Amino acid sequence: MNRSLHPGLAAVAGLLACLVLGTASAAGAGGGLHDAANNDIGNLPSLQRGAGNFVNYCMGCHSAKYVRYNQLVRDLQIPEELVVKNLMFAAVKPTETMEIAMHPEDAQRWFGLMPPDLSLIARSKGPDYLYNFLRSFYLDPSRFTGVNNLNLPGASMPHVLAELQGTQQAIFREAEVNGTVQHVFDRFEQVTPGTMTAAEYDEFVRDTVNFLDYIGEPVKQKRQSLGILVMAFLLVFLVLAWLLKREVWRDVR
Amino acid sequence: MSAVRGGTAGGSRGGRFAQFIDWVDERFPLTAMMKEHVTEYYAAKNFNAWYVFGVLALLVLILQVVTGIYLTMSYKPSAEDAFASVEYIMRDVEWGWLIRYMHSTGASAFFIVVYLHMFRALMYGSYKSPRELLWIIGMLIYVALMAQAFTGYLLPWGQMSYWGAQVIVSLFGAVPVVGDALVEWIRGDYFISDITLNRFFALHVIAVPLALMILAVVHILALHTTGSLNPDGIEIKKYKGPDGIPLDGVAFHPFHTAKDLVAIIVFAIAFCAVIFFAPEMGGYFLEHANFEPANMLKTPEHIAPVWYFTPFYAILRAVPSKGWGAFLMAMAIVFLFLLPWLDRCKVKSIRYRGWTYKVALAVFVVSFLALGFLGLKPASTGYVYAARFFGVLYFAFFLLMPWYTAREKTKPVPERVVYHGHH
Amino acid sequence: MSEEASVSRRRFLAVATSVTGAVGLAMTAAPFIASFRPSARAQALGAPVEVDVSKLEAGAMVRVQWRGQPVWILRRDPDMLARLGDHAAALRDPESKESIQPGYATNATRSIRPEVLVVIGSCTHLGCAPVEKLQPADAELGADWPGGFFCPCHGSKFDLAGRVYAGVPAPTNLAVPPYRFVGDSMIIVGEDTGAGA
Repeated sequence: MNRSLHPGLAAVAGLLACLVLGTASAAGAGGGLHDAANNDIGNLPSLQRGAGNFVNYCMGCHSAKYVRYNQLVRDLQIPEELVVKNLMFAAVKPTETMEIAMHPEDAQRWFGLMPPDLSLIARSKGPDYLYNFLRSFYLDPSRFTGVNNLNLPGASMPHVLAELQGTQQAIFREAEVNGTVQHVFDRFEQVTPGTMTAAEYDEFVRDTVNFLDYIGEPVKQKRQSLGILVMAFLLVFLVLAWLLKREVWRDVR
Repeated sequence: MSAVRGGTAGGSRGGRFAQFIDWVDERFPLTAMMKEHVTEYYAAKNFNAWYVFGVLALLVLILQVVTGIYLTMSYKPSAEDAFASVEYIMRDVEWGWLIRYMHSTGASAFFIVVYLHMFRALMYGSYKSPRELLWIIGMLIYVALMAQAFTGYLLPWGQMSYWGAQVIVSLFGAVPVVGDALVEWIRGDYFISDITLNRFFALHVIAVPLALMILAVVHILALHTTGSLNPDGIEIKKYKGPDGIPLDGVAFHPFHTAKDLVAIIVFAIAFCAVIFFAPEMGGYFLEHANFEPANMLKTPEHIAPVWYFTPFYAILRAVPSKGWGAFLMAMAIVFLFLLPWLDRCKVKSIRYRGWTYKVALAVFVVSFLALGFLGLKPASTGYVYAARFFGVLYFAFFLLMPWYTAREKTKPVPERVVYHGHH
Repeated sequence: MSEEASVSRRRFLAVATSVTGAVGLAMTAAPFIASFRPSARAQALGAPVEVDVSKLEAGAMVRVQWRGQPVWILRRDPDMLARLGDHAAALRDPESKESIQPGYATNATRSIRPEVLVVIGSCTHLGCAPVEKLQPADAELGADWPGGFFCPCHGSKFDLAGRVYAGVPAPTNLAVPPYRFVGDSMIIVGEDTGAGA
């Protein structure tokens, strides 16, 4: 994609991103249930890292069956040899899609349901939801996975990223909601450390979500840059048509 | 006019080409038809911006037909393959994403344009004698458009496709006595299934579009019989020059075509802005839940029809009885058909009508928009009461119309249209 | 503005608007036309095919499918290769001048390596599948038959380099698809380096 063609646009986007980031950090970083993902599908290194994260941590159970590996070669500018070597564990040819070999019956036995395909998860749930979901697992011995999730209570998904994030406990407090006393989420408390700091983990999740956002609609960036050209053309056309209309109607009184 | 035509046609128009046209004219009324409907169809010179939506509706119809044909080349109408085939179009087919977004945005654009076109008719009395049939045909187009939108929305086989169809098909169960049998008959199965999808596909790609296109032609023929009205609500045919041309009319081509071209480009800019920068339109044109494949065991948390159906959906939900809800929803559309006979006022244009109609129309538009908003919201108590309130206003517009329009204090209508030239 | 200037201005605007509109229509049509091309899935299914020929014995043939077409891979023995030179007069296009093959297969044996023939097994007449008649002196095709392929549909005959005989309906030699060798034992059909290796 010719991102370099639109430095002005990039500048505007960058400015907007700064504004958004500014407000997000003002709202308090980390640990929230409804933070903004602030991912950027124009950030190639982030997408490349996200692709690696996805293949290594998600594709054990989740497919992205509408996405072809060679699309990653083109869009994420990862050389084909590297895609074959580092990303294609479950496929033979780069033209294949990101399928996995899990049997629906096995999945039913292990998790109670088939882990959903993630090709479109960012389009149905939104990147912010995914970003928060992956950060809000907490210890819950009553669940068969040992963890629960504040953004999807009763989630069947185990905390696959626990080795990175460590484990955390959810602290609830009592509060009045509609005249009833409810336990509402207060904060997380780290129980065991992971291999990453909280900030590193957030970054890891952001990259992963960024990748999911990208595969939701791989053509998005091309669509937007083409849109600018189309708009420019239409504006020229509009001026001409407007002048012609004025000319044709000049003598009508 | 002849100066204009001479100006645009250019040099050697005679010779071979003219001979060829003569040859055709002896066998088919080509020149006569062009004259009747384009170069010598006279419409008022005082058209304002509200008069572009008919042309835009025709444009969107063509756009939907063309993009639709291309989508059928890659879409697979089966429960097994439908969802994947849409993603195949979005990702694997070259430019498939553009064609699909044109079609999905076109669906919403069609309703926007048609609603504005209908509002124009309400403002300037375009439904009044002698244009009752024109209005009825237009309403039939609107109903066909709703059928088209409904059958089309099932095809991507996403969660909203599935559950939206489930809800709307169930409405037919409210028909007394035969309701349940009717629902089964529509589905062709005991639930919304592959069979339903397959027949909706057939209806969506050939039956309804064919009806729509025939109705559009009939609509235009009816229009060209009565002639177009104008913002002053005056029949321009009353005052004709010695050449038989209405004094206040200008030829469709080149005058209105030049104007419509500007409108078409403005429309194209808005349309392309959606396609290229916001194809989901915040979940209103493409609903987020529809990016999940249909799952008949799991209802999405919140089902709302696409925005263009929500005013009627709000009426349905406002009534605490399935039968009456469905009945009132149907009546909300039936009353529109009756408009030419409910309105007793002789004056057509809102410019010269009394304050009662202006207020009534404003209340109607506000209720329609409010119902549309409420139909998108969850059915909580507050929203339901609001929907009842606006639902009553919606129906009051029609039910009280014979009364308040008969007593209207109108202003004198000028003999000739009001038009200020450019200089 | 004079009347004349007005007319020429009007003409200019009419032409400029029409041309811009036509360009716009053409640009809108382009994606629709392009959408007919093979999709990513078709390209994936039509991806190059790898064939291991290390186990292919001299005189034996394997068939693989590439882009919906039968591709024949024949390992010719020294006798077969020797016979290729003795019937040039009976062929329509002995030097493959009018036939479809990559540059690296435009030679006497129509192949990269003389012993391995790779051709598309689809008659160049109307697309029937010829049958192999690899042995010389066939009962049906006569005593002077040097071995080759025979199309049962309309009687076209090809030799062991896929070259068509004169006097049969097929116009050109059997097509050679792009291919390349990887090492000694592997052929990739549908992909080449342009040079032949």
